[in-house]
Amino acid sequence: MSITPYIVLSAILFTIGAVGVLTRRNAIVVFMCVEIMLNACNLGFVAFARQHGNLDGQIAAFFVMVVAAAEVVVGLAIIMTIFRSRRSASVDDASLLKY
Amino acid sequence: MIAFWILAPIMVVSALGVLFVRKAVHAALLVAALMISLAVLYLTLEAPFLFVVQIIVYTGAILMLFLFVLMLVGVDTTESFVETIRGQRATSIVFGLVLGLTLVLVAGQITLGTVVGLEEANSGGNIEALANILFSRWVFAFEATAALLITAALGALVLAHQEKTVKVTQRSLSDQRMRDYAESGKHPGPLPAPGVYARHNAVDTPALLPDGTPAPSSISRVLVARGTVRSAPAEADRVEKFARELGEPQRPSTAESSMESNSDTPAASAEPGTEGEQA
Repeated sequence: MSITPYIVLSAILFTIGAVGVLTRRNAIVVFMCVEIMLNACNLGFVAFARQHGNLDGQIAAFFVMVVAAAEVVVGLAIIMTIFRSRRSASVDDASLLKY
Repeated sequence: MIAFWILAPIMVVSALGVLFVRKAVHAALLVAALMISLAVLYLTLEAPFLFVVQIIVYTGAILMLFLFVLMLVGVDTTESFVETIRGQRATSIVFGLVLGLTLVLVAGQITLGTVVGLEEANSGGNIEALANILFSRWVFAFEATAALLITAALGALVLAHQEKTVKVTQRSLSDQRMRDYAESGKHPGPLPAPGVYARHNAVDTPALLPDGTPAPSSISRVLVARGTVRSAPAEADRVEKFARELGEPQRPSTAESSMESNSDTPAASAEPGTEGEQA
């Protein structure tokens, strides 16, 4: 069977994640939307691995997962630090450099 | 293919839900549903190793971390939907539509040829084949991953670390209590327990003062914030009524048992009365 439906689904999920990053105000939800985008890319990688009969795509998805895990750990630590000093998890409140 | 057509709508709906739900916890649960569906899709794409890794790493580790931080940050922090930049939401929706249409149209129009499939590559087992590639061609990237993970762990430690403040001792707490009493007249003793004198001896029922009014300080402020506090005054009236109905025969007997604490008496005398009333 063709992998085109998988690629279309991947594109849809990536778009939803991008719109979420742009519209949501809660930093944690923004992070979740980034995760959705990364997973959409992973789906594309794995689908193309099957298309070409080559396991390099699955290796790429594996590395994306590793980097995503590291990114989430540091990102959530930053969110916690901001929350501790500002009592808010909203991305709009972290605007100290603006003034 | 059936799995795909079942899971794809679930995934799109849960991803859209992340955009629209108000509470971050609901968004986290929707992302969990998305991740598990994605793992099953990996299985249909002949990637059993990634299926397991997706469930363990994403739904097991990353989403638990999200939920953990949500609990620390406060579950009830609902975000404001007031736009700080004017027209930002409309612009981003238009951008999203353009991006999505472009990607979907491109993906739908390209011809990819026949699917090779992974039967040959996976012939010796998917995990063995992945390990062969990972530890030969990608070994340096794999080593770099170790450095990345150590850096991330250290970074999280440094960021989440809190300098210890002055140690609070029993002595300093006691002094502070006395100082509060001297300055503002705040009662130095413990707060009243909930449910005392009330019909329900439960934590969500405020204690009743001797004059029948509820004591707000006896209720946990978490319950007040949730709005699950029972109203006590109505119960208080009923307690008084039952006490009057039951009247004299029970009063002396309970009063005689001098070891019984004062708070138990009205509640104990009210209990049989309520049962009789309902029957």
